[in-house]
Amino acid sequence: MASVSLEKVQKNYGTLNVLEAVDLEIADGEFVVLVGPSGCGKSTLLRMIAGLEEISAGEIRIGERVVNDVAPKDRDIAMVFQSYALYPHMDVAANMGFSLALRKTDKQAIDTRVGGAADRLGLNKLLARLPRQLSGGQRQRVAMGRAIVRDPKVFLFDEPLSNLDAKLRVHMRTEIKALHQQLKTTSVYVTHDQTEAMTMADRIVVMHDGVVQQVGAPLELYDHPSNTFVAGFIGSPGMNFLPATIKRSADFVAAILADGQKLPVLASLPVSEGDKVTVGLRPEHLHVAGDGDMSAEVEVVEPLGLSTQFYARLAGQQICVFVMGRVAVKPGDTVRLSATASDLHLFDPETGQRIN
Amino acid sequence: MSKAATSLPRTIGAHAVLLTYTLIALFPVVVIVVNSFKSRNAIFRSPLSLPTAETFDLIGYKTVMAQGDFIQYFQNSLTVTVASLFFVLLFGAMAAFALSEYRFKGNTMMGLYLALGIMIPIRLGTVAILQLMVASGLVNTLTALVLVYTAQGLPLAVFILSEFMKQVSDDLKNAGRIDGLSEYRIFFRLVLPLVRPAMATVAVFTMIPIWNDLWFPLILAPSEATKTVTLGAQVFIGQFVTNWNAVLAALSLAILPVLILYFFFSRQLIRGITSGAVK
Repeated sequence: MASVSLEKVQKNYGTLNVLEAVDLEIADGEFVVLVGPSGCGKSTLLRMIAGLEEISAGEIRIGERVVNDVAPKDRDIAMVFQSYALYPHMDVAANMGFSLALRKTDKQAIDTRVGGAADRLGLNKLLARLPRQLSGGQRQRVAMGRAIVRDPKVFLFDEPLSNLDAKLRVHMRTEIKALHQQLKTTSVYVTHDQTEAMTMADRIVVMHDGVVQQVGAPLELYDHPSNTFVAGFIGSPGMNFLPATIKRSADFVAAILADGQKLPVLASLPVSEGDKVTVGLRPEHLHVAGDGDMSAEVEVVEPLGLSTQFYARLAGQQICVFVMGRVAVKPGDTVRLSATASDLHLFDPETGQRIN
Repeated sequence: MSKAATSLPRTIGAHAVLLTYTLIALFPVVVIVVNSFKSRNAIFRSPLSLPTAETFDLIGYKTVMAQGDFIQYFQNSLTVTVASLFFVLLFGAMAAFALSEYRFKGNTMMGLYLALGIMIPIRLGTVAILQLMVASGLVNTLTALVLVYTAQGLPLAVFILSEFMKQVSDDLKNAGRIDGLSEYRIFFRLVLPLVRPAMATVAVFTMIPIWNDLWFPLILAPSEATKTVTLGAQVFIGQFVTNWNAVLAALSLAILPVLILYFFFSRQLIRGITSGAVK
């Protein structure tokens, strides 16, 4: 096991910058998830750690060793691919033991380690099958088995669950997490799915357009997003954004929405009278209350049983409201909503940066 | 397969077309084989009838076996075909792998350049090739033929194989890289087995023109020791008298080895042609 550190790592194709100076320290045994929309550079970054993509500038270290010019096979890493990438002409056991066989490991030792990994993943009965005779979930497991057998310093996952159906994905998510808790191998996991990121990560790295937006523990990102991108990307349903103007007087601070309705703002925030801001408010932080300060017209109601979410129009914008349990609203109703000052996120409308 | 595609009238229609085509394609072959077993008079009197007890005659085969060194000609043809095939597949696959796998300056131009040979008949260069062979002392050697046929087969091989190799998943090659395969072993152990159907397709398309070629053996290697079957059969075609029995017998015999090679590749070939079409 080892730590991974990235120092000013860059990637460009000619003049096109796809990754801008990434700094990241991944501690020994940590599970870090790189998340972002497609094309944000997360897979490129992972492939650079794996050694499959050249590093244009900067330095990558695994453990104490700088690996910029080390071949993938010598970096002591294992990678799980989205398409599983099993060798189609080898059976499961040969697939899992292949990297060891290439390193001229003793046949008996290979069998023991393949057997151990197969036990762990419940693949015992499938060892003699070919990849094409396996289901998607089983293939995914073999791909993980292949990684485990190597006992590498770092696991790299490149969207490993994206090809599975929704139910299996949730199941495998738990399984990977449990596996990491047993093995405690440093892992870097790439996904575009924020739920996967939130549920699995020790730490999340949110990326957008080749730039790291924020790094932090899942709930830290959820509670203190550093800009509107992170705020909107993390959490489902997503955060509501409303343009507002600050009104400040001696005894209270408020954000005045476009139609004059107002939201309470913490007095400690460095905003002054007349400032333009973007107010961010999570759906679950809007409460339906008879004495709420705001009124909104309900447009769509989505009952989910456990919870209800509805979309309403507030100050000319569609917003989402999330309520646990059932709520008796229907399209066309006007509801009174309230929010607490401490739940409000304020962002600079120009730069999108958080105002604390 | 969808229901519409398997409906009875459509099946009959499709088979009628295919059968007609098969008949047309096989007709000359059948005529050659059938007539090779008949006496000379019978060949001319009723070329389409099957040999009967009276007209059955193995004189053609006897002539072929007696006259000229046909075993030697067969060996020459086989050597040239198999060696050329080997080099075309090896170098073609390697070039195709490089073109499809690595990003380098001029990649597309290089691909176009290598494929250009498909459109330019190699026979246009016969005179230059002959001069080259004379200068390098390769006239009347099988090496000369192998070199020419390798050059002739490469463009199509590179073109077809690079398309197929582009379809081999990058993840798979990368998994190999991480597991510790060298680029050569990725090529030989991962990519080649996966493009085997394409290789078979290329093999058949390369093999048949080489086996049947008369032009280059006649020009580059007409000596007794290096004659190929097609060239050997020409001795029975005279300016005034043609020994049809022997010509037909020689041609019938010449079909056999390619037929065997074809059976060898055909299972893969069918997969190659339908790959992508059926899952």
